[in-house]
Amino acid sequence: MSEALMSDDHPRAGAAAPRRANRARRFLRNPQAVISALVLVLIGGAVLLAPLLSTGDPDAAELSKAFAAAEPGHPLGFDSAGRDVWSRLLHGGRNTLGGALIALAVALSIGVPGGLVAGYYGKWFDALANWVGNFVMALPAMVVLLASRAILGPTMWVLMVVLGVLVAPSFFRLVRGIVANVRGELYVDAARVSGLRDRRIIARHVLVVVRAPIIIQTALVAGIAISLQAGLEFLGIGSGDLPTWGAMLNEAFQNVQRSPMFMAWPGLALGITSAALVLLASALRDVLEDGDAKPPKLRAARRARVVTPATPDDDRPRASLLSVRDLAVSYGAGASAVDVVHGVDLDVAEGEVVGLVGQSGSGKSQTAFSVLGILPEGGRVSRGSILLAGTEVVGLSEKGYRALRGDVVAYVPQEPMTNLDPAFTIGSQLVEPMRLRLRLSRKAAAERALELLRQVEIVDPRRVFHAYPHQISGGMAQRVLIAGAMSCDPRLLIADEPTTALDVTVQAEVLELLRRLQAERGLGVLLVTHNLGVVADLCDRVAVMNAGRIVETGSTEQVLAHPGHPYTRTLIDAVLDDAPARPAWVAPRTDDGTEVPA
Amino acid sequence: MSSVSPEPPTTSVTPPGPRVLDVRDLQVSFPGKGWRTPRVEVLHGVSLDIRPGETVGLVGESGSGKTTIGRAVLGLAPVHDGTVEFLGERIEHVTNRRRRRLSRDLQVIFQDPFASLNPSIPVGDTLAEPLHAQGIPGQEARRRVLELLDRVALPADAAQRLPREFSGGQRQRIAIARALAIGPKLIVCDEPVSALDLTTQRTVLDLLLEIQEQTGVAYLFISHDLSVVRYMSHRVNVIHRGHIVESGDAGQVTTAPRHPYTQRLLLSAPVADPAVQRTRRAALDQRRAEENA
Repeated sequence: MSEALMSDDHPRAGAAAPRRANRARRFLRNPQAVISALVLVLIGGAVLLAPLLSTGDPDAAELSKAFAAAEPGHPLGFDSAGRDVWSRLLHGGRNTLGGALIALAVALSIGVPGGLVAGYYGKWFDALANWVGNFVMALPAMVVLLASRAILGPTMWVLMVVLGVLVAPSFFRLVRGIVANVRGELYVDAARVSGLRDRRIIARHVLVVVRAPIIIQTALVAGIAISLQAGLEFLGIGSGDLPTWGAMLNEAFQNVQRSPMFMAWPGLALGITSAALVLLASALRDVLEDGDAKPPKLRAARRARVVTPATPDDDRPRASLLSVRDLAVSYGAGASAVDVVHGVDLDVAEGEVVGLVGQSGSGKSQTAFSVLGILPEGGRVSRGSILLAGTEVVGLSEKGYRALRGDVVAYVPQEPMTNLDPAFTIGSQLVEPMRLRLRLSRKAAAERALELLRQVEIVDPRRVFHAYPHQISGGMAQRVLIAGAMSCDPRLLIADEPTTALDVTVQAEVLELLRRLQAERGLGVLLVTHNLGVVADLCDRVAVMNAGRIVETGSTEQVLAHPGHPYTRTLIDAVLDDAPARPAWVAPRTDDGTEVPA
Repeated sequence: MSSVSPEPPTTSVTPPGPRVLDVRDLQVSFPGKGWRTPRVEVLHGVSLDIRPGETVGLVGESGSGKTTIGRAVLGLAPVHDGTVEFLGERIEHVTNRRRRRLSRDLQVIFQDPFASLNPSIPVGDTLAEPLHAQGIPGQEARRRVLELLDRVALPADAAQRLPREFSGGQRQRIAIARALAIGPKLIVCDEPVSALDLTTQRTVLDLLLEIQEQTGVAYLFISHDLSVVRYMSHRVNVIHRGHIVESGDAGQVTTAPRHPYTQRLLLSAPVADPAVQRTRRAALDQRRAEENA
């Protein structure tokens, strides 16, 4: 295999930074994550060290000091029973947070393994576990907790175990959903074929994927568990004797007229803890889940289509329908801008079919998108001139573009299915643009849509008109999109790999259709494709693109039969049409072990 | 079209001799969607066989069941009826333990090089997986991984990198290296080049041919592209709607097909020569006219 060919293997750009270190760094750079984590660590630390930090027994009551103000050693004063508020707050935190931890531990130990097994193996366990999970989720938590207290006794810890069972389905469903998706990944199939045990596949391939969502969910559920626990205690449905934040709130509430400040301390503790958990969860989501997110989108770059079209300095005649001169397309802005198209010249005359061929990453689609004014976020025309039926479209406003799309230029995309909205019928998707562009009545537009469907050789136009996209095949969907492109009688059709997603027999039919429409309507067509067979079938002229440049242009016959540029030759040589069939199989070597069929 | 299924397949009888893989009357069906819906049968009794060191092509369009055959052989799709014999052993219903041991001799290269490698695991670890599964110790496994990378013309430092740093063609080389790790007797190649660019496709195919010449591995080569199948295969099976409609030597099936469906498949594929393509198109038009008449 030649080096020249290897080098056409475009590696995806990407720094080789180790992933884990990257995450830690992203965590530290996220102020929300750092601050909320710090707050939680402080609270957790204070609560753990309660015996050291507090001055007295939280339950030691000195009635003479009821409602007494702060004094040295008792920074928050005394409550209605003369107990030190500061030590009650710290010790109460132990119970509140400890209870939430128990609930979490129970929920995790039921939900995560259950979700793993149900998602990975499916079958009866999945059905059963789903049913149980749905059942538990449907139970009203408060009622169940009240009932459990009546049956199991007024122990906060037992109630927290019950709460853990009640929130377990949220972990179960999360894990099961993700695992069921991963289960369908080819790399899991590949691992199975490699002979890995299920245990090892789950540990290596599956747990990695669910780890981040579980961490995030844990932070959220912890917040919920804390508030539910406090709510129970506030209502007096915990263990009455333990100091907890909820119980403190309850006592303070009873004396709210006399000393409203008592509400503040447990309230603040609860509020700050819950808020920190929620904020941490959302920060973790940013840090863990958007790991492969692209750099911030350059909205400004897209808006700023400030480029003034260059007047080409040569005197070559420009085609009347589409004429591109010295087109450059860049992504990014300033010093980090990357050019993906470097100075492309391209002409399409009225009624002419021009093929634009090249490999993925050659810039052929970017060129087509530039003409249509639909470059993806961050991309912009940085130089050059595009004349579309005599109108300069470089630097044209969105409104100006809208006037051209439809009746001057129309577009047929590669993936027919993703370009139809699954929520609307085919008919309504054809009718709406025509009502808007051609100002037709609903009835006239519907008639025209049916006529168009007939023209693209759909056998039962009326059925397709009323069908939803998922009810038709890929080939049919592409016909519908072609019908849509034809609806406003364009003069130029830009088709981006229009048959790549289709089966070969369907491709032949769609090519036939395009040829007929082109001939009947005298359409100019810019056909973007990587398939030289499609070019040979349909195109009058062809432009070969490589690495953002057009390396060769000419009539299809001439370019395909006598390529002038080495790159074109490489492309044509890679076509297997003329490659000889493999010779018949010969029984494999017996002695020297070297030769099998040549 | 509907006349296709009942016709007996135009089959050339394969000469006797040892087989790596022998599939007889394979039926695969999946449970229907919803409660008490009938099972959907996607393969209606498919037979094919592969000899040692041979490439047998399987060509068909989407939904024809070609991928399902490969998955059934690999134990990834449930076999409803029929037999799959691999190296003389019936494997259509084997235990997980036996299936894991089979992985020594039976491997796969999937179509999508982006989905078949775990994005969060370095390439070297992915390649070491099958080695570890066969109980090869760490040091030895590391050495073998470097050999494998060299074998598929990737640099040694690829082992530490993540899949996303590689192009489609390079990833497919990694997938080939993984399949080769234990020296299998048969590799199921499921559309291994259909996601690749033309020139990359050619180099990957040549790599597969070269490996076959050196190791004598057999391929079940699944593709929708007749020209790719012709280039790779000694014998070709054409599958249409769960039936094999034609099978025979690659040269005959892909240049002078006998079955109407294969003929249509061949005529539908455009060739990169305008003059030839014009005659091909005319022939296809004529066929269509005849079919409609």
